[in-house]
Amino acid sequence: MTMQAFTTLNAVAAPLDEPNIDTNQLCPTRFNKVPRGPAHARILFHDRRFNVDGSEKEHLLNVEPYSGAGILVADRNFGCGSSRESAVYALFEFGIRCVIAPSFGDIFANNCGKNGLLPVVLPEATVAAMRAQLRTHPGAKITVDLHTQTVTDAAGESHSFDIHPVRRKCLLEGLDDVARTQQYRERVDAFEADYRAERPWLYRRAS
Amino acid sequence: MAPQTMFEKIWNRHVVAEEQGELLLYVDRALIHEGSSHAFAALAAHGRTVSRPDQVFAFNDHYVPTSGRDKGVDGIAIPEIRNMVLKLAANAKEHGITLFGIDHPQQGILHIVPPEQGITQPGLFIVGADSHTSTHGAFGCLSFGVGASEMMHVMATQTIWQRKPKTMQIVVDGMTGFGVCAKDVILAIISQIGAGGATGHVIEYAGAAIRAMSMEARMTVCNMSIEAGGRAGMIAPDETTFAYMANRPYAPQAKAWDDALALWRVLPSDAGAAFDRIVQIDGTQIAPMVTWGTSPEQALPITGQVPDPRDATDPTKAAEIRAALDYMALDAGTQLSDIPVDRVFIGSCTNSRIEDLRAAAAVAQRGRAKVTAWVVPGSRTVQRQGEAEGLDRIFKAAGFEWRDPGCSLCTAINGDQLQPGERCASTSNRNFRGRQGTGGRTHLVSPAMAAAAALTGRLTDVRQLPGK
Repeated sequence: MTMQAFTTLNAVAAPLDEPNIDTNQLCPTRFNKVPRGPAHARILFHDRRFNVDGSEKEHLLNVEPYSGAGILVADRNFGCGSSRESAVYALFEFGIRCVIAPSFGDIFANNCGKNGLLPVVLPEATVAAMRAQLRTHPGAKITVDLHTQTVTDAAGESHSFDIHPVRRKCLLEGLDDVARTQQYRERVDAFEADYRAERPWLYRRAS
Repeated sequence: MAPQTMFEKIWNRHVVAEEQGELLLYVDRALIHEGSSHAFAALAAHGRTVSRPDQVFAFNDHYVPTSGRDKGVDGIAIPEIRNMVLKLAANAKEHGITLFGIDHPQQGILHIVPPEQGITQPGLFIVGADSHTSTHGAFGCLSFGVGASEMMHVMATQTIWQRKPKTMQIVVDGMTGFGVCAKDVILAIISQIGAGGATGHVIEYAGAAIRAMSMEARMTVCNMSIEAGGRAGMIAPDETTFAYMANRPYAPQAKAWDDALALWRVLPSDAGAAFDRIVQIDGTQIAPMVTWGTSPEQALPITGQVPDPRDATDPTKAAEIRAALDYMALDAGTQLSDIPVDRVFIGSCTNSRIEDLRAAAAVAQRGRAKVTAWVVPGSRTVQRQGEAEGLDRIFKAAGFEWRDPGCSLCTAINGDQLQPGERCASTSNRNFRGRQGTGGRTHLVSPAMAAAAALTGRLTDVRQLPGK
C-alpha cells in the first residue's frame, strides 16, 4: 500500500504570519465527520475563508496567486491542538504539499508524514525572512528538495533541513508503515508472549 | 545501571524493534471514539483487521447529545451526527471491540471512563485517537494522542513507530493557596512555558503540590499537557494512585494485585535521573487563572487586566495580542473580573470528574445563576455519584442545567455550541477561535471559577465571592 510520494516541489508559497495556528483553524470540528476527499479543499481554514452564507471572506488563500499555493510558510507551533488528521487532509486537498515553520505541533507533524505532506523545520529568523520576502514578491516560488534536504527560497538562497532518515525514505518512496511492521510479526508475537505472561491481568474482562 | 526516568522505564519495556533510531513500540491499550471513522475507513480500504480487539476500547462521547438521552440514538435529530454514533457501534461490533456506547451504564468521555474502570493502569503504554489522551499519564503510564493513520496502524498491528521524545520535569513546589486548584496550576504552567513550550517532550510533573493532589486533580494537570505542546504528561504512581486503582472493574485482583503493585512501585523516576529540561514553579504564587485570548498560553490571574499590545516588547507580539483582542472583542486594560459572560460550561475531559462537580456545587449553592449555566458530567458513573450526593439538586436549585455525559460544549460537534459572538466561561481545555462554535468566545477557568461566573454573570475571583 502506498501514499503519494514527496520528492521535489517547486510551487507558489503563501506567507502566514500568525503563530499557534491550531488544527481547529485548519479544519473546524464540524467537518471532522466528512469522509476524506476533494471536499476538504474548501474546508481548509473554512471559517476564516468563508462567511456563514458561503460567500468568500478576505483571506490570503482565496486570491491569486495564493489560491494555487503548494507551500505554506508559517509561524511557530503550527498545527498545535487536536489530533484530527482532517487538518492534513484539508491542506493536502487544497494543494499544499509542504509547510515550512519554526516549529510544529508534534501530532500534526506525524500526521503530515503519513499523508505525503512534508513539514520542514527551519530557524525562526530564517522563516520570518522567508515570509517577508514572499510579501514583497507575491507569487514567488520556493523549491523544496527532499533528496538533498534543502529549501531554496525566492531569492535563490538554499537552507538545509533535518528529517529522520526513516521518515525521509517513507516520504520519498510513498511507503506505508503497516507493510514495514508486518516484517516484524514474529518479534511482536514473541514480545507479546513474554509481556502477557508478566501481566496476565491485563487480558481479562471486567469483574 | 544509570538512573532512569519513569518515562524511560516504561518506554524501554515496550520496545519491540528498532530501525535507524525509529522504534517499534508495543501498545497496551488503544482508545477510540466516533472520530476514529477515518482510521476504520483506512483499515477497510487496505482490507485489514483489528489485531488485538481486546486491547481496543471504544467510546461514544464526542457526538452524543447531552439531553433527551432516554430516546437513545433515536433521540439524535441530525442524521449526520446520529450516523457517527451508529458507525462507531457498527465498527466496534464488526471488529469485536468493547464499546461504551450511548446506552451503556458506564458511558462517558474516553479520558474519564478508562480511569474509572481501571482500564488505565500504571506502567502501561496507551494510545488514543484524541490529543487529550495525555490525561491517563496521571497514573504513571505513558499515554498520548495520535491521528487516524497512526491509529489505523495501532489497530492493525497493536504497535506504533516512534522516535524517542525528550523529557521535561515540571516541579511545582510550595502548596497552592485558598481557591486555587489543579486547573489554575496547569494554566499557570502553560502561561509560563508557552503553548509550544513542551513540544517534542514528555512532561513529568513532580513536587509537593503535585504529590498532594488527588487522582482527579492529577488528571486535570496531565490532561492539558498538550496545551503546552507536550504530547504526554506523567505523574509518578504512589499510595494515592494505588488507593484509587483498588477494586476497579478492570484492575488486577487478589494475587494479581500484589504482582501488579510490585511492578508499579518501581516505576517512579530514580533519584538522580536526568531530564532534558527542568522547570520550577512556585505553587504559593499561583492565583485563580483565566484566559483572555485565543491560545491557552494567553492566561493571567483573575486579578489582572486585559494586556495592552502597546506594552509588548516586539511588534510580532503586539500583533498577536491585537489579533486576539479583536477576536475576543476585548479592550486593553479592562479588569478581567469586569468581563461579562453569556454562558457557563462545566464539563469536558479536563474538568468533569466528581471532585470538579463538588467544587462547582460548593460555589453554586451560594447564589443563583444569572446566565445559562450547564453542568455536563464526564460519565454516567460521575453523574450517578453526583446525584447520590445531591449535587444535581444543588445545581438545579441554583438555576444550573444538569445534563447527560459527553464532550458537549468543549468540542461542540454534538449540536451543543455557542452562537456567534457568545462569550463563555468554560472549564474545557481550548480557547481556540471557534472551538465552542463558530464565532464563539471562550475563557478557560476552573470549575469553582466557572460557577462563580454563573452567579455574577461576569468573570469573577471565586475568592472574593460573598457568602450566601
